[in-house]
Amino acid sequence: MISAFLSALIGIYLHLINFPDFVLSVAAPTLDAVLNHPAIWRGNDCARVAVPSVPTGFAELDVLLPGEGWPSGALTEIYFERPGIGELQLVMPAAARLTRAERWLAMIAPPCIPYAPALAAHGVRLSRLMLLQPKTADEQLWACEQALHSENCGAVLAWMNRIQERAMRRLQLAAERGGTLAMLFRPARATAFPSAALRLHVSKADGRTIVRILKRRGGGISAPVALDLYGEVNRRPITSPRPAVVLPCLPAPAH
Amino acid sequence: MLWLALHFPRLSLEIFTRGTRKPGPLAVASSPGSNATIVACDRQSYARGVRCGMTVSAAWALISELKIIAHDEAAERAALERIAVWGFQFTPAVSIAAPAELLLEAGGSLKLFGGLNRMHQCLERGLAELGYSASAAYAPTPLAAQLFARAGLSVRIQHRDVLRHELEKLPASLLDRHSETAAMLESFGIHTIGECLHLPRSGLAHRLGQRLLDDLDRALGKRPDPRPPFIPPPGFTASLPLPAPVEQAEALLFAARRLLTELCGWLAATGNGVQSLRFTLVHEDHADTQIVMKLVAANRDLEHLTCVLRERLVRIDLPRAVTAITLAAEQFQPLASHNLSFLPDAHIHAEGIVRLIERLRARLGDEAVCGLTAFPDYRPERAWRICEPGNDAAPEELQAFFSRPLWLLASPRPLREIAAIPHYAGPLSLLAGPERIEAGWWDGHDVARDYFVASNPVQSLLWIYRERSAAGGWYLHGFFG
Repeated sequence: MISAFLSALIGIYLHLINFPDFVLSVAAPTLDAVLNHPAIWRGNDCARVAVPSVPTGFAELDVLLPGEGWPSGALTEIYFERPGIGELQLVMPAAARLTRAERWLAMIAPPCIPYAPALAAHGVRLSRLMLLQPKTADEQLWACEQALHSENCGAVLAWMNRIQERAMRRLQLAAERGGTLAMLFRPARATAFPSAALRLHVSKADGRTIVRILKRRGGGISAPVALDLYGEVNRRPITSPRPAVVLPCLPAPAH
Repeated sequence: MLWLALHFPRLSLEIFTRGTRKPGPLAVASSPGSNATIVACDRQSYARGVRCGMTVSAAWALISELKIIAHDEAAERAALERIAVWGFQFTPAVSIAAPAELLLEAGGSLKLFGGLNRMHQCLERGLAELGYSASAAYAPTPLAAQLFARAGLSVRIQHRDVLRHELEKLPASLLDRHSETAAMLESFGIHTIGECLHLPRSGLAHRLGQRLLDDLDRALGKRPDPRPPFIPPPGFTASLPLPAPVEQAEALLFAARRLLTELCGWLAATGNGVQSLRFTLVHEDHADTQIVMKLVAANRDLEHLTCVLRERLVRIDLPRAVTAITLAAEQFQPLASHNLSFLPDAHIHAEGIVRLIERLRARLGDEAVCGLTAFPDYRPERAWRICEPGNDAAPEELQAFFSRPLWLLASPRPLREIAAIPHYAGPLSLLAGPERIEAGWWDGHDVARDYFVASNPVQSLLWIYRERSAAGGWYLHGFFG
């Protein structure tokens, strides 16, 4: 009985189910307090651990992440199915926040040109942006490691198609040392390695960007989150061009 | 006054050996040709029997692979001048005493360096970095310091009262090595300076000339002994011959670091930082290789410069082995010193990012590291520019369009049209638009386009446009990533 009492105190959830009467009669007033203890993990919940992090800027995503934001000093992998589904917009609020705090943002080997006016519109300070275009995979990895190592870089966004597990561990160590936000953008079918602290899958359905958390520290699975990243775009209705300038062969919008 | 004399006993040899970590058996001869005599030899050749005064042919008979280099007085003088330049970081009063001595007035700098011990440690470490060995002696008069240094005694005499006592023990031959004075003193039975001082002055002057007496007085501080100050040159160029041709980057870096050490000394002495430097690698029978290192910010940190150079050397392909290295500082500018801060501040922050950028550029190439800036132009492909990282000059409110995509294609991609509907992984449906952009008639790159936000069946959000010119056609210009 004493051991059961101790078990109840350290809050193993199953024990609470097995001995509901006991707990209610003896420890009922403190149940909430016991369950709110940071060391207690409940199966359907994400652990509230005080890890250094940067808010994502999306409240519905923040609540699902340990530390309530992108983990600093750790690898975050973002798997996206194809470009143009909001994969970059997802990190823009954090990038804006960091660059406004005078931290640098490094973009390594992006697939297209990051468009400066759009970045500025998302609040990123362009004077704190660094674009790296290494030629080989080795150089890419090296540059990534250097940038992560540096305490001046707040976040490193890297696009890597092929990466070895060993290289991932190196990046993880570099990120830990620099306390940097490390975001690896990878194609959806790439192999997952255990080094990443957070792994997200980004897809799109019904005009909304769906973020699924594949892995997070201290937490199991969670329901996917749908984010409305294109509210601005979607709210602007199609206006038919002025008749005077309509070209004869302009197709009707395919709705 | 406290004078530091540095005597370089192996200068003629070290100007050749300091470029490599493992010099082979090497000796310096008085002149080219096999009849010349050896004037200096390194440890290896000494151990195998080579001695100064031997003829070159005799030395070769002992060691067949011995490398003989002719004595180069001009190079020695140049080396001494460069050490003098480097020495300016310790004191503003440096004087060269040929053939192989330097004088530095150290008294005024003791407080800055935190005492004689600390200053001497800095100096010794620096000389080792440069690749020279010296005997160093401190004394209140320059000549006395020179005498002690020549004798190889590392004394630190700070007060005049003990100077005479210490000086008396030195051999009299140190006073004048190249005339007959030393031989005559020897024949008198006079061996030490002390014995010299006890002789009657008038008789000594009569027999050996006034010069000896004057020298003794100068050494004791009874006579003024002005030294010509050395003026550092306005620019920096230094070269280093390599005793054996070098191909590996690591060995090259070792030699180049010697030159960088000299450069950093010169920069510290003149209060400058270097912004652009040029290494010239000399090959035999081949055009020189030039390495130009441009730094983001002026700098004089040896470790950082070495680090940047290492990345460059690893990348470079040498056509032949390198026989000599020359370093020239091409651009330098005053480097403001700053106070140390208790808290991590913005200054240290800024310095850190500059170092990161330079390291990245050294390995990836200058063009692979850049910043981005917005530019006021209606044409999307001209509304952004590449700039130096951190140099974004555009005002923040410029073109803050939310309807611009985060990804722009380097060149617009023509879209397939089926039944007049543009396709990109399926037929596209237009979500917003059109936004008409018609600009550029003033510079000949005019565009006339209607931009739309479009979505395809797999729900990628695209930025497409329709050419308004006669040719028409749909193009993909970006992704809303």
